[in-house]
Amino acid sequence: MPLTDSLRDDILASVPSLRAFAISLSGNGDRADDLVQETLLRAIANIDSFQPGSNLPAWLFTILRNLFRSDYRKRRREVEDAEGNYAKTLKTQPAQNAHLEFEEFRHALDKLPQDQREALILVGASGFSYEDAAAICGCAVGTIKSRVNRARSKLSALLYVDGAEDFGPDETVRAVIGGNGG
Amino acid sequence: MKEVKKQGGLNAEIQSRIGHQLRAMYDDVVRQGVPDRFAELIRKLDGPEAAAAQMDDPAKTDGRD
Repeated sequence: MPLTDSLRDDILASVPSLRAFAISLSGNGDRADDLVQETLLRAIANIDSFQPGSNLPAWLFTILRNLFRSDYRKRRREVEDAEGNYAKTLKTQPAQNAHLEFEEFRHALDKLPQDQREALILVGASGFSYEDAAAICGCAVGTIKSRVNRARSKLSALLYVDGAEDFGPDETVRAVIGGNGG
Repeated sequence: MKEVKKQGGLNAEIQSRIGHQLRAMYDDVVRQGVPDRFAELIRKLDGPEAAAAQMDDPAKTDGRD
C-alpha cells in the first residue's frame, strides 16, 4: 500500500517497541538504534508489499528480526560492551540494588540461545501471541511454545537455582579438592 | 503428588519474577518514546524510492538495470 500519513504515524508509533526489541536482542544500545533505522528504511522502501489491514507491528518486527539475524552472522556480539552500553540508554539509572539485579538478568538473558531469547522476548515482553511470534520467526507455533518454555526454565536455573550448570566449582576449589593427593 | 504441587508453586513464583524483570527491562526502553532522529527520518522520506536510496546495502533494491 502507498505511504499514507496514517501509515507513517503507525510506523512511528511502533518505534518505541522496535527499539526495545532491538536492545533486548542485541544488548547494545547503539547497535540497536542502527538496526531500527535500517528496519524503518527497509520497511518504507518495501511498503508496497505491506498488506493493508494486516499486523503492521508484526511486519516491522519480522524485518528487524531478519536484519538482526543476518547481521549476527557477520559479526560476533560485543558481549563485553553490552551492559555498559545498555545502561547508557536508560534515562534514569536504577537504584544500586535494582541495578545489580538488572545486570544479572541481562547477563542471564544473553546466555540463552538466540532462538530462545527472541521467542521469549516476543511473547513475554512485546506481548505478541504465539501465532504472531511464530509468523515473525518463520516457524511453527509449537516450536515457539517450546522455545519459550526452554528459555524460561534456563533463566530460572541461571538466576534462581544454586549450582546451575554455569556456576560449577571454580579452579581453586577444584584444585584443593582434587589436587595434592599426597 | 504433593511434592510436584510444591515445586509447581515455587516455579510459578520464579516464573512470574522472570516475567516481571523481562517486562521491566523492555518497558524502560519503550517509555523513552521516539528519538528525534527517527521522527525526522520518517517525516522526510516521501516514498519508497527515497528510503531505498538511503539504505546501506544496495543489494536489496533489485539493483540490476
